[in-house]
Amino acid sequence: MKSNDIILQTITKVTLFVIILFSIHLFFAGHYYPGGGFIGGLMTSGAIVLLLLAYDLKTVAKILPVDFKIVAAVGLLFAVGTGAGSLLFNVPFLTHAFGDMNIPLLGETSLHTATLFDLGVYLVVIGVTMTIIQTIGESE
Amino acid sequence: MINLPIIPLLIPLLTGIILMFIPKKVKLQRVISLIASLITVGAAVILVNKVYKDGIQTVNLSSWDAPFGITLVSDMLSALLVLTTSIIALATIIYSFRSIGEEREKFYYYPVVQFLLVGVLGAFSTGDIFNMFVFFEVMLMASYVLLVLGGTKIQLRETIKYLLVNVISSALFVIAVGYLYSIVGTLNMAHISLRISEIGQTGILTVIAILFMIVFGIKGAIFPLYFWLPGSYYAPPVPVMALFGALLTKVGVYSIMRTYSLFFYHDRGYTYQILIVLSILTIIFGIIGAIAYWDVKKIIIYNIIIAIGVILFGFAVTTEAGLSGSIYYLIHDMIIKAALFLLIGMMIAITGTSDLRKMGGLIKTYPGLAWTFFIAALALAGIPPLSGFVGKLLIVQGGFSSEYYLGTAIVLASSLFVLFSVMKIFINGFWGIPKTFKGEEKVPVRSLLIAPVILIVLSVLYGVGSEAINPFISQAVETLSNPTIYIEAVLKE
Repeated sequence: MKSNDIILQTITKVTLFVIILFSIHLFFAGHYYPGGGFIGGLMTSGAIVLLLLAYDLKTVAKILPVDFKIVAAVGLLFAVGTGAGSLLFNVPFLTHAFGDMNIPLLGETSLHTATLFDLGVYLVVIGVTMTIIQTIGESE
Repeated sequence: MINLPIIPLLIPLLTGIILMFIPKKVKLQRVISLIASLITVGAAVILVNKVYKDGIQTVNLSSWDAPFGITLVSDMLSALLVLTTSIIALATIIYSFRSIGEEREKFYYYPVVQFLLVGVLGAFSTGDIFNMFVFFEVMLMASYVLLVLGGTKIQLRETIKYLLVNVISSALFVIAVGYLYSIVGTLNMAHISLRISEIGQTGILTVIAILFMIVFGIKGAIFPLYFWLPGSYYAPPVPVMALFGALLTKVGVYSIMRTYSLFFYHDRGYTYQILIVLSILTIIFGIIGAIAYWDVKKIIIYNIIIAIGVILFGFAVTTEAGLSGSIYYLIHDMIIKAALFLLIGMMIAITGTSDLRKMGGLIKTYPGLAWTFFIAALALAGIPPLSGFVGKLLIVQGGFSSEYYLGTAIVLASSLFVLFSVMKIFINGFWGIPKTFKGEEKVPVRSLLIAPVILIVLSVLYGVGSEAINPFISQAVETLSNPTIYIEAVLKE
């Protein structure tokens, strides 16, 4: 008997974006409110896992044609690069810089290099979680 | 360059990340990891030189001042260990090129080796007790991967044991740090030391000292806690075994030396006494293992345990001679154990077995290998011009001057048994009637021999030039025996 999971797939299409938006919100809220790279990354990978549950590995690989091992490596590069960037200015490793900048459209925004570090964490968490889940899912 | 202490661990970290992008390009991976480990050695040399000239180097990460942020501290002891570690890493990476096999190389072997280095170098140079835990975990995670990589049956079985033991000891580490934090309220090691000297070493701090001894004893394989080591180190391929044997247990030993000399030096009667008894028992049990087996890997593995005992004994007698002896011996032992593992790895590759009774007559066909092994064996036992001598002499001197006659006698006697166990390998493996072995021709003996020869040359130089190295060692002893130097360098009062 061929099962029909149209309800699951339709609901997934709607909720997926809500989950991803919430995870991005958590990621950016990290500096002032609970949240940050780790929980944001976990929730984003949670959204992808939902996609995996509703569809299958091949479909998801087609929707998201990325190698998650590379995602983790890029994340590490971001995190270490943010730290190592301080070497160029001859200040101790991981010293962060911040300042208010005037960005078109957004106006006066305070930017901090710790966000880049957090972005690294976010990518590593997604990369690692998805690599684990995909590898276990693929092996027979 | 105010970031100097972090450079030797930043290079392997970046290299490991870059290598993650190119898992299938084996040649490129080899070139990159070779160049990176050469640069690491260079950075370590500069670091040692800088510490020698200008005293202890510190970096307050993120520019937060000392007790509040994480501080990396390079005193002479840690700088010397960083240098030794990077040299051993270079040698094992060179050895891996021809021995580890493409299958493993394609599955992130080189990146994981680099991450292992990050953990080891970080643990040597951190000045924060929780950060030390994190670097321990970095090192252990990488070692789990290296142990299991390849997925043969014995590796899988031993990885489960190794993982279980280390997860438990890591949990104990966290608990110990938690207790310590609840009493002194700080994690910076210099600041902890300061707080402990303010309140004195009360009963609870002695309990924590013993807890730390258990934690680092499991990592460093001292007497009742060494049970996991012979099996786990037996499983992985030879270069990995050399990395483990030379580096991992020594991190545990370094941590005992660091915590006991910096935190728990106020009430030595109880804790140091236990340390001495345990180190003697470690030597005895190591000897029993080393002379019992006919398996080359097992013999060298039990020799690690003996060396751990000797180093800790030298440290625990707390005379100046004993301390400098243990540092001499620590560095010597790291180099020589790596060399020995690489050499027996070649013997195993040639003969296709690790059973001594099935080998024989290798000296006829492989004189270079044989004589290198012979020098390594003599250096391990501590024959005078070679590197093991000075360390053991100073340890014995320290032991006698603090009147631990029985223990010192056992340390002396252990040399004899060590010599016996490695000569057993030499006599049975290299002497006798030459036999032919299957698959012998395929072993690239010449190119494999490069790495152990580098290490042996260094070890001979280390032994012959011990006079030249002495100022470095005595500077390391100075901080070990006088923690205020360390505290002042970190907290800058």
